[in-house]
Amino acid sequence: MIRDITIGQYYPADSILHRLDPRVKLLGTFLFIISLFLFKSFFGYIVVFIFFASAIGLSKVPLRFILRGMKAVLVLFIFTVFFNLFFLPGEEIFRWGIIRITDNGLYKALFMGIRLSFLILGSSLMTFTTTPNQLTDGLEKALKPLNYIKVPVHEIAMMMSIALRFIPILMEETDKIMKAQMARGADFETGGLLKRAKSLIPLLVPLFVSAFRRANDLAMAMEARCYRGGTGRTKMKPLCYKGRDYAAYTIIAIYLGLIIGTKLLERAGLLFYL
Amino acid sequence: MQIIFDKVNYIYGKGTAFERHALKDISFCINKGEFIGLIGHTGSGKSTLIQHMNGLIKASSGSIYFNGEDIYAQGYNMKQLRSKVGLVFQYPEHQLFETTVFKDVVFGPLNLGLDKLEAELRAYEALRMVGISDDLLDASPFELSGGQKRRVAIAGVLAMKPEVLILDEPTAGLDPRGRDDILDQVTKLHEEAGMTIILVTHSMEDVACYCDRLFVMNNGELVFQNPTKEVFAHYKELEEMHLAAPQVTYVMNMLKEKGWNVSCDATTVEEARDEIIRALGSMH
Repeated sequence: MIRDITIGQYYPADSILHRLDPRVKLLGTFLFIISLFLFKSFFGYIVVFIFFASAIGLSKVPLRFILRGMKAVLVLFIFTVFFNLFFLPGEEIFRWGIIRITDNGLYKALFMGIRLSFLILGSSLMTFTTTPNQLTDGLEKALKPLNYIKVPVHEIAMMMSIALRFIPILMEETDKIMKAQMARGADFETGGLLKRAKSLIPLLVPLFVSAFRRANDLAMAMEARCYRGGTGRTKMKPLCYKGRDYAAYTIIAIYLGLIIGTKLLERAGLLFYL
Repeated sequence: MQIIFDKVNYIYGKGTAFERHALKDISFCINKGEFIGLIGHTGSGKSTLIQHMNGLIKASSGSIYFNGEDIYAQGYNMKQLRSKVGLVFQYPEHQLFETTVFKDVVFGPLNLGLDKLEAELRAYEALRMVGISDDLLDASPFELSGGQKRRVAIAGVLAMKPEVLILDEPTAGLDPRGRDDILDQVTKLHEEAGMTIILVTHSMEDVACYCDRLFVMNNGELVFQNPTKEVFAHYKELEEMHLAAPQVTYVMNMLKEKGWNVSCDATTVEEARDEIIRALGSMH
């Protein structure tokens, strides 16, 4: 079941998107997400869709794999669409018993649905094509200026990469302990809420013990390698922009231009009927 | 025949980029009271194989029978199976969670639905079997030494009174003394209680010493399932799978190359000693 959650996972492939500098992808994703919330008409989303579809095409991540990421947020998605669809006031266009759909509701539900799915798919495309290490490297470098106002950027980035690194380890550990307790007849699936909560104790206690043990070992190993924070620290693979990164920035800039242009047209009321 | 595997396949992460064929057409029988050694290099599928035996992993295809019953049949009692086929994972001490040693061992039998008295009796018996003395019963399991913790964890499985005991590298990370203690206790369970034992290990010496039959895994395939001595005669093939024969086997083969009149199927030091003495006697 845990394997079904693809959000935040890395998908190993060799594509131009995988090779891009993480800072480019961070900025691109950031702008993409902002652009989702600009429009009130469908026309804007055509631009968004074209941009996103070509990004998926370039990423070489199978579409099936990307769409599977939606499964984890399906409940939230249905919830949003449901409430917008049935509970917004407006002009009635459909009625059956107590169920009624208004034009405003339908409109909003569609919008929210589109926005939410682009939001999730867009951010998961970034994590599919960027390893957690690259991601924190990119963040660290992009946020470096904050050092001047005494924000410990390196330490935060280090904490983030350790946390990300430990997710698969702890998942594996959970799986192992769960199986070990099941081999002793433990039952995690049946019973009422209280019984189920109680049945988690044999899982959680060893999990915490092992997390602390690992944290302790890691701290020791870092000290043994004379780790002392970010000052004066150099990178084995320093990030530096290449030709393709500048090309990507250009594309993002063009996208931004298109978005702003579309927005202005929408403002002027030219696209009102689309 | 107690355990039968019939063309069992297992594929990890089907349909993703991480897909891996972990078990390929595995078929074998294990008889009651056998002592089986399971060897194979890291990632060869040993752990996956043993987790099939008590139903923790469901095979992608193929069937498994325990005591003549298909464990994938509808309505088959998995909990019952897990109590009959006791599985001790690698580093089992990492699964301890209770406040006292005794409570931790009682966990298994209580899960089987036994009444409290019976469960406690079994726990006590199991702790005696693995040689944990009475003054440790109320200690916290986290205060014990590594070897003691491991024995408590094994007792946690033994308290369910399994017919088959599977141990995944029970001696990893223990000192020589702790190692011998655990292996001696396992032998005792085999000889006195007639338990079927499946021992996963990297030590060829242990395998040579204790096991009747040897299963060798390589890249998800079961390459050998023969009596121990027969398998070690193929030591050159074992080396290709990043395994080896016991050192004694190498010594005997070298002696033979030097022209000694010895047979090469000795796998323990005692057998080798007798064989060399015999050869020396016949030379003079």
